[in-house]
Amino acid sequence: MRRIRAAAVGAVTLSLVLTAAACGGGSSGSGGSNEQPKTLTYWASNQGASLEVDKKVLQPELDKFEKETGIKVKLEVVPWGDLLNRILTATTSGQGPDVLNIGNTWSASLQATGALLPWDEKNFEAIGGKDRFVESALGSTGVQGKDPAAVPLYSMAYALYYNKKMFADAGIKKPPTTWDEVTEAGKKLSKDGKWGLGAEGSNLSNNIHQVFVLAKQHGADFFTADGKADFTSDGAVAAVKQYVDLMAKDKIIAPGNAEYAQNQSLSDFAKDKTAMVLWQTAAATFEAQGMNKDEWDVVPAPVQSGEPGEGKGTNSMVAGINLAVFNNTKNIDGAKKFVKFMTSDAEQTVLNKEYGSIPPVKAAQEDAAFNTFALSPLRETLATSAAALPQVPEESQFETVVGTAVKELFADAAAGRAVTTASVKAKLEKAQQQMPKK
Amino acid sequence: MTTTAAPVPGERTAEKNNPGAAPRRRRSGRLRKIGLPYLLLLPALLLELLVHLVPMIIGIVVSFRQLTQFYIRDWATAPWAGFDNYAVSIDFDAPVGEALVRSFLTTCLFTALSVGLCWFIGTAAAVFMQENFRGRGFLRTLFLVPYALPVYAAVITWAFMFQRDNGIINHVIHDQLGLTDSPPFWLIGDNAFVTLLVVSVWKGWPFAFLIMMAGLQNIPRDIYEAAALDGAGVWQQIRRITLPSLRPVNQVLVLVLFLWTFNDFNTPFVLFGKAAPESADLISLHIYQSSFQTWNFGTGSAMSVLLLLFLLVVTGLYLLFTSRGKKATDA
Repeated sequence: MRRIRAAAVGAVTLSLVLTAAACGGGSSGSGGSNEQPKTLTYWASNQGASLEVDKKVLQPELDKFEKETGIKVKLEVVPWGDLLNRILTATTSGQGPDVLNIGNTWSASLQATGALLPWDEKNFEAIGGKDRFVESALGSTGVQGKDPAAVPLYSMAYALYYNKKMFADAGIKKPPTTWDEVTEAGKKLSKDGKWGLGAEGSNLSNNIHQVFVLAKQHGADFFTADGKADFTSDGAVAAVKQYVDLMAKDKIIAPGNAEYAQNQSLSDFAKDKTAMVLWQTAAATFEAQGMNKDEWDVVPAPVQSGEPGEGKGTNSMVAGINLAVFNNTKNIDGAKKFVKFMTSDAEQTVLNKEYGSIPPVKAAQEDAAFNTFALSPLRETLATSAAALPQVPEESQFETVVGTAVKELFADAAAGRAVTTASVKAKLEKAQQQMPKK
Repeated sequence: MTTTAAPVPGERTAEKNNPGAAPRRRRSGRLRKIGLPYLLLLPALLLELLVHLVPMIIGIVVSFRQLTQFYIRDWATAPWAGFDNYAVSIDFDAPVGEALVRSFLTTCLFTALSVGLCWFIGTAAAVFMQENFRGRGFLRTLFLVPYALPVYAAVITWAFMFQRDNGIINHVIHDQLGLTDSPPFWLIGDNAFVTLLVVSVWKGWPFAFLIMMAGLQNIPRDIYEAAALDGAGVWQQIRRITLPSLRPVNQVLVLVLFLWTFNDFNTPFVLFGKAAPESADLISLHIYQSSFQTWNFGTGSAMSVLLLLFLLVVTGLYLLFTSRGKKATDA
C-alpha cells in the first residue's frame, strides 16, 4: 500500500510537471535603462559550420568593440533549433540578453510581443540612418507602417545551384531560367540513381520559403492585405501543388528527400547525386563537403516565364538575420552602440565575408568580396526580385502549419499516393483552421 | 418478520463472509501506526506541491485565457477566453479537436503496446537472469546500456539508422536481405509508428528489467526449493510464486511506465523534429506544437489540463482496481 501511495504521489507530481511545461509566468518592464553600462549580453545565431566557428569569428570583433567603447560583450551562440524558444522564454521571464539575433521572417511575430526595442527615427539616427540599408532587407524588420523591431545584419537570397559536369554529361547547354526548363533538365538528369533537383521535404521553414515564392509567381499571397490567413486561394494551392509535383508528378526530386531536414540535399549535391538545388548562400557548405569551386555554378532561381522581377517574377524570399535589442536591457546606450558597431561598413564587410552572406548595408556591398560568381546572382536577386515573407504577427504560426502541410504532402508523394488539387487544398484548409482565431 | 431488520443481518453476513473485512480493520490500525512516516514526509511534500502546484495553477489560469504572442510578455493581461480554449480542443469536427483526438488515440495505442512489450521483455530477461551462468554480469551490463545512455544521443542514433537512403536498417532489410521491393520510409508516413515503438521499447525495457530484478531478489529462494520438492515445474513456479510475489512491484512498474510512455516527448521530438508524421503524433509533442509552434498558449494549456485530468482519472482507477485486486489475493 505504501508503495502504491508513493506511486500515486509520484504520478500526480509528474502530471503537474507536464502542465507546468506548457506555461510560464512573469512580466517585464518596457524601455531600457543604463543600470549596467559596462556589460552587454549578445545572443548570436549559429551562422558558421559550428558554434565554435561562430565564437572564433565573433570574439575578435567583440574584443575590438570592447577596446573602442570599454563595454564587455558576453557572447552566447544559440543553435537555430533553440533560438525561437529561447527568445520566447526570455520574453516571458524578462530575463533576456541585451542584444540578440532573430531570423528576419520572425520580425513581425516577435514585434507583436512588444519585447523588442522599436527602431524609430531617433534610434535609426543613432546608427547612421535608415538610408544606409538595402530596401528589401528593411522590408523584413516588422509590420509595415510600424517602427521596425530589428535592424538587418546579414542578408541572403535563394538561387539555383547546379553541377556543371552533370549538366554537360546530360547534354544540357544552358542553366534553366524557368520552371519548365528546370523540369525538362531534371528529367534528363534523373536516372541511374541520380536526381535532377534536391529538396528538404521535412524542413518546415524551407518548405515555406519555396511555396511562398511560388505563390507570388502565381499572383497569390498567404495572407490578405489586412493580415488574415488566406491559404486556400487558387494561386496558393497551385503553388504548393507545383512544388510537391516536382517529386510526385515530374519525378525530378528523389522520394527520399521527403524526410530530409538536416541539409542532406546539400550533401547529395556535393556528392554528385543531385544536379540542382535551390538554396541560399550554399558556397561555404559545398566547400566544407569537399566540392571544388569550379564544379558548380549558380544562377538566379527560376520563374514561371520571362525575367525575374517584382510580383510574378519574384524568385526568392528575402532571407537573413536581423539584430534586435531587448526592450528591458539594462544598458540601452551600450546596446545601441553595439548595433551601430555591428552594422558599420567595416564590420559588415568583415562579418558577411566570413559567413558568405551579403551585407544589407549598401556601402559594404561595394566591397569586391561580394562581387564574385557565387554571390553576384544572390545580390542581384535581393536588389530586384526578392520579396519579404508576409510581415504579419502570425508569420511564425504560418511557418508551422503550412510547412507541416507541405511536409505531409511530400510524405504522400514519396509513398506513391496521389497528390491532387483537392488533396492539396484539403491540407491547406486544415492548416488555415489551425491558425488562432483573431 | 420485519422488513426493517432484514437488511441488517444480511449486511452482517456479507461482512462476515467477506474475508477482506477483518484485514481492513487491522489495516486501519496500521494506518494510524504509520502516521509518523507521513508526518516526516510532510515538509518535502509541501515543497513539492509548492514547486509544482504554483505552475499548475498558472497553467490552469492560462487555459482560460487567450494567450498568444500579443500577450506573452505579460500573460496576466491576456483577455479571458472562458471555456473557448476547451471548446476548440474538444470540437472533434474541427481540425484542432480532430487532430487532438487522433493524437490521443495514437498515444493510447502506442502506450499500450510499448508498456506491454517493455514489461514482457523486461520480465522475461529478469527471470532468465536469475539463473547463474557464465557471462551473466556482462549480459546484465549490456541490458542496461539503453537505460544509461543519454536519451538525445541514443534517439538521434536511431534516427540516423532509420533514414531511408543512408540508414543501416534499410541497408540490412532491403539491400542485404532483399525483404522489400523498395526501401521503406521509417521517419515519415505510416511506418513512423513502428519506428517510434521500436525506439520506445528499446529505451524502456531495461527499466522494467532493473525493477523486476530487484523484485525477484526479494523472493526467498526456499519457497522455490519447497515448491520444487513438491514437484512444481519451472512454469508453475513462475506462475504460482514469481508473478504473485512480484505483484506490488508490477503495480508500480506498470504505472510508472504508463505515465512515462504516455508523456514521452523526447523520443518523438528527436526522431521526427517539430512536426511528427500523423501516424506517430504523440500527445505531448502535439501539445508542444499547439503551444510553442503556433504560439497558442491558451489552447495548449487547455489541452494540458485535459491530459492531466485524463491521467489523474486513469491513475485513480488503476490504483483502485489494483488495490481491490490485492485485497482479493490477500484473502
